Amino acid sequence: MAIVKNDSVIEQDWITVDAEGDLPSSDENLIVPLARFKEERDTLLGRNGGLGVQLNPGDAPEDLADDLDRLSIITVNFPAYTDGRGYSYGRVLRERMGFKGELRAIGDVLRDQILYMHRCGFDSYDLKVDGETALTKVRAALKEMSVYYQPTGDGRATAQSLRERRRATLG
Amino acid sequence: MSLQVVTANRLGDGLVVFLTADGGWSENIDDARIAEGKEAADALLAEASAPELDVVIVGPYLIDVEQQDGGLVPTKYREVLRTKGPSVREDLGYQAV
Amino acid sequence: MYRYDDFDRQLVQERTEQFREQVKRRLAGDITEEQFRPLRLMNGVYLQLHAYMLRVAIPYGTLRADQLRELGGIARKYDKGYGHFTTRQNIQYNWPKLDEIPDALLDLANVEMHAIQTSGNCIRNTTTDQYAGAAADEIEDPRPYCELIRQWSTFHPEFTYLPRKFKIAVTGSPNDRAAVKVHDIGLRMHQNDAGETGFEVIVGGGLGRTPFVGKTIRDFIGKNDLFSYLEAILRVYNRFGRRDNKYKARIKILVHEEGIEKIRDLVEEEWAQIKDGSLRVGDEEIAHYIAQFTPPAFEALSDDDADFEVHKAANRRFFNWVRSNVIAHKQPGYAIANVSLKPIGGIPGDATDTQMELVADLSEKYSFGDVRVTHEQNLVLPHVKKADLFALWTALDAAGLGTANLGYVTDIISCPGLDYCALATARSIPLSQRISERFGDLERQHDIGELKIKISGCINACGHHHVGHIGILGLDKRGKEFYQITLGGDASQDAAIGKIAGAGFSEAEVVDAIESLVTKYIDIRESGERFIDTYRRVGMDPFKEVLYGDR
Repeated sequence: MAIVKNDSVIEQDWITVDAEGDLPSSDENLIVPLARFKEERDTLLGRNGGLGVQLNPGDAPEDLADDLDRLSIITVNFPAYTDGRGYSYGRVLRERMGFKGELRAIGDVLRDQILYMHRCGFDSYDLKVDGETALTKVRAALKEMSVYYQPTGDGRATAQSLRERRRATLG
Repeated sequence: MSLQVVTANRLGDGLVVFLTADGGWSENIDDARIAEGKEAADALLAEASAPELDVVIVGPYLIDVEQQDGGLVPTKYREVLRTKGPSVREDLGYQAV
Repeated sequence: MYRYDDFDRQLVQERTEQFREQVKRRLAGDITEEQFRPLRLMNGVYLQLHAYMLRVAIPYGTLRADQLRELGGIARKYDKGYGHFTTRQNIQYNWPKLDEIPDALLDLANVEMHAIQTSGNCIRNTTTDQYAGAAADEIEDPRPYCELIRQWSTFHPEFTYLPRKFKIAVTGSPNDRAAVKVHDIGLRMHQNDAGETGFEVIVGGGLGRTPFVGKTIRDFIGKNDLFSYLEAILRVYNRFGRRDNKYKARIKILVHEEGIEKIRDLVEEEWAQIKDGSLRVGDEEIAHYIAQFTPPAFEALSDDDADFEVHKAANRRFFNWVRSNVIAHKQPGYAIANVSLKPIGGIPGDATDTQMELVADLSEKYSFGDVRVTHEQNLVLPHVKKADLFALWTALDAAGLGTANLGYVTDIISCPGLDYCALATARSIPLSQRISERFGDLERQHDIGELKIKISGCINACGHHHVGHIGILGLDKRGKEFYQITLGGDASQDAAIGKIAGAGFSEAEVVDAIESLVTKYIDIRESGERFIDTYRRVGMDPFKEVLYGDR
């Protein structure tokens, strides 16, 4: 298991808790499922440690609208790589709701989906391989393509914008 | 007692193959190792499903066969077609050889 | 016709290299079949009954001569000398080797083609009217919008792992030849009250095991707003489409279960938030794409050509071909020539390498190098001078491509069926061949008139049987092939799903059953009625009676 963010392997310094069970001490950095966040919002926001929320397929990212600036991280679970709902959640969180914190893909995160995740606003990836392998995979995935047709919030220039720029230059 | 053999498609060219007595894969169903009864069939499929065979064949499964004129013939028409080739192009597939 | 620029070219080449690496990783055992499967599918590579199959995209059914020539070359180099044109205006090769497919894809890339998203749970190749840019009844050429949809949908990062596959069809003509009402999204061009041209948006149509005619989600969307509106529909589908059961995962089920009003509310709410964003396409950009599809340099001709009339009068076979296969063009003196891939007793949609090369040559000579593929599995030379039709037909006929049967009872749509397909439950090609032979007599076909028979070899309905005037579905009944007949289906602007006539027929019985239906129609039709018109007038019962009697 290794998490890759910003072209490096980072430490897992978040504790993810289930829907039920005791919360760890107030100083720990904590990630809770959305359902629990909604139920225990005030308690959770009153703790000292950092707070994050995990979105599962079927959750509505819009439920976090009032609290985004209090969250350091949102994890989006891809229980199977074929379940693509998380891509929409990423774009809604970044492009519509303006979430600035860490957006991490967890679950069945495979090399060949990472570029799509990145384009949808994810900036960290939890892979089920060792750190060096994970870093190699993420690097390879992110540079596999260099032309993009769709405008998304990832800031990459689209083919269309480059064409327009070229037409303008040529007058 | 029903007779079964294991078939699959070969990874490299996708052609139909059958698990043989020596653990190899043949294009000819008559080379297939026959399992008689459920236990033997399960063991045969387990052998064909070994992870290391994932780079040799794709999608192994059991099919029912019958002995006919000294050879093996699948009982289902779908599988008969796989041993021969398209019925509408008799010049193609194994039937053409 | 649209030409790739350096961006398009680079994208397709990078994709080819990416797939080459993926194949290498698969053959080396670095990724399992389970991990590789979706990757190969998204590059059009299936594993079928006898071998791999490669499905190549023909965007909106338009081919240049050099592209069709290359498709013929690929058939020879990587396959067994033929290809199969499909109901989605694509072409399939039945015997490629996995480790050679990256080379085939590179050859395709060199003629600006690819196999991207011809399978998988993503947005598939966009289809349209095969007569786009040529038809006399067209409001506007739909292909500039199809090309924009192609680009928008290619590697869309958000919509590559949808609940299920997603098909978009566009028609620029009120006479729908693209079956837009039985697609996940159908777009029908029309003018609003203000005189602007835009699209009616239809969602939730589809065939398969639960067929539906689509419902209108929006009467009119302007061209500038089309892409944000499509994105809104796709986002709603991606978020809320069912993923618990693959047979209930298409958008048609979402529309059916939730109701079109609720889906419309969700889409409009989503669209309101993105419509002024970066997906809004400006007039200048649209004009740029329209310019890519400017009509060829037609000569100013009289609509009547004396030689053409002489040949028609002198040669009965040519007359017959013109009668069925040649259609009015919007430009005086020109015609649309349909090349039937349904020779009597042949395999519907199959073409050999040399036939493809010949049609490519003929298109250069007679049709500005422009060829179309139809969802009814034929080819079209869209811009032929009437004066050239006889020479064209003579060349086609010599290569077995001059069959005069467009729209007739022998112009049968057929999926590959159990002869090739791993999903099929029965064969469909041999049945289409036998029906074709039974009705082989041309005068009889002409007398019967337009009759669309569509055959699928399983419930997935690739052969569009639900929308055949007569539909045939092949099933497996205790190890034997048997065939269920549906009547009254229609893929046109009057779209309808056919109704099951009753119990199925054995392989031996089914051709007689079809003939009895046709005979009944001839007996009871009124002047000018097509089979479908008669069916609509009299209903199922008279036809049921000839099929089943008192049974």
